Amino acid sequence: MLDETCKVLEHIDIGAGYRYLVVAAPQMAAAMEPGQFVHVRVPSLEASAVRRPFSVFNAEDGKVTVLYKAVGRGTRALNQVAVGDELKIMGPLGHGFPKKCKGTALLVGGGFGVAPLYFLARRFAALETPPKMVLFVGGRTQADLLALDKFAAIPNLEVRTATNDGSAGVQGLVTVPLDEALTALKEAGAPFELFACGPDPMLKAVAERACAAKMPGWISMDRHMICGVGACYACVQKTVRGYSRCCIEGPVFRAEDLIFD
Amino acid sequence: MTDMKVNVGGLAMATPVTTASGTFGYGTEYLGAVDYAKLGAVTVKGIRAEAWPGNPMPRHAIVPGGIVNAIGLQGTGLARFLGTTVPWYKKQVGEKAPPLIVNIWGGSVEEYADVARQLTAAQNPLIGAIEMNVSCPNVKAGGHTFGQDPAVLKEVVSAVRAATTLPLIVKLAPNVPSIMPYVRACEEGGADALALINTIPAMVIDVERRRPVLANVTGGLSGRAVHPVAVKLVYDAHKATQLPILAMGGVYEAKDAIEFLLAGATAVAVGSATFTNPGAIAEVHDGIAAYCERHGFASVRDLTGALDV
Repeated sequence: MLDETCKVLEHIDIGAGYRYLVVAAPQMAAAMEPGQFVHVRVPSLEASAVRRPFSVFNAEDGKVTVLYKAVGRGTRALNQVAVGDELKIMGPLGHGFPKKCKGTALLVGGGFGVAPLYFLARRFAALETPPKMVLFVGGRTQADLLALDKFAAIPNLEVRTATNDGSAGVQGLVTVPLDEALTALKEAGAPFELFACGPDPMLKAVAERACAAKMPGWISMDRHMICGVGACYACVQKTVRGYSRCCIEGPVFRAEDLIFD
Repeated sequence: MTDMKVNVGGLAMATPVTTASGTFGYGTEYLGAVDYAKLGAVTVKGIRAEAWPGNPMPRHAIVPGGIVNAIGLQGTGLARFLGTTVPWYKKQVGEKAPPLIVNIWGGSVEEYADVARQLTAAQNPLIGAIEMNVSCPNVKAGGHTFGQDPAVLKEVVSAVRAATTLPLIVKLAPNVPSIMPYVRACEEGGADALALINTIPAMVIDVERRRPVLANVTGGLSGRAVHPVAVKLVYDAHKATQLPILAMGGVYEAKDAIEFLLAGATAVAVGSATFTNPGAIAEVHDGIAAYCERHGFASVRDLTGALDV
């Protein structure tokens, strides 16, 4: 784990409050695995606030990219960061997704939860024998379906969308197109693995489906954190092993280990 | 070069800086981001006889000037601590690993004494001292009750004293009308040193939902906001006792630590600051040394109580 001072290279507004933040972090980028996160010290919050964790959207060529939405005090402050500014960033942190997939990789993302799935899809696509991949992405409205242009450039990856208001893709939750695909795979007797990141209800739905199908499910939990390294025990998730720390045992958990209240 | 060595009730520390229990896990979590040479000791998360699950989520809330937490002492049990955690710490940090101050708690006087006895019997040279938590605000019967009545406090300190030859530090609660009776109870119980302060009982309410933010309803406040409160308690305690004081509460920079030393502390712990800045430990250490040089103190020990009132 490194705690580095990283220069902001790009800070791109993609609308609806979402932004890509790209920083120079050569050592961190080289060590990063999909599903891992970085812990960012947000300037102007110094007096009281703790760092903010962000899933990594991409890490290559000495650069680490995160995708975030300005929703809280921390992310609104991060929004003020300009190209050329320096940020203290810790990473790579946590346990991410597995490096391989047996059968079809079903990636399920909601909102900025697509971030680690993009990194994962890139890595899967680069494997010697890449798996067939399907990305299911959901959001309230079209503006919440993120990075579709970037996903479109990944080979072996098909995208199916769902929005609550029907402004893009199927109207309804992301589980609508997901369930169609699951039914087809089950009928074909084809193996698959599920990879998910997004809001809790979506994660619960995906975990239940993985368990019901007796197929591997990899669920990335998003929790407020304090230390980000396993020292403080604030960001726990109930699992079959008791309260597990999302920052170190996670953020990616096996579906069958998770207990949702 | 300032002489940075201190002695806290028999625990020889190469520097006057340690970590605050609960903010530094079991000593290895921050590897790579912390310079262990700056630490005179590493204070680990509280342990008891058996592993403890801790409180439900949410466990923390960020407030202006600090963090309100109700982790609830989730932690490893004694057997695993001795069998796995300490060897892992030694292996990961290496030969120059600072001694451990082992924070302990229990549900009964007997449990406190039993944990202390076994820690002592382990005869592990890395176990440098015991810090008794009698003041966690977040666990019922989890120490706080022992720290809120001087007679009960004396009983539990005496029992642990009888069970260990290790340096014994007692960590006290800040929320008492006067610290004096508690200091006296520690002295009479046979403590070697005091640790001040634990978090201050606190509460945060989500007004939109009209519910407490923490699942535990209440928690304990740490961070910059508690620092002046802690300085005052260290000052009060130092006037009342010869026992060395390990001070903690809102140490974010060297100035905060030096305040503690001038108020009467022998050593200081960096706690919540590490969450934002793991480098705070080194900055505090180096800042104390620079201060001593600037003010002509040959030894950091000369700072203790060097307050002109």
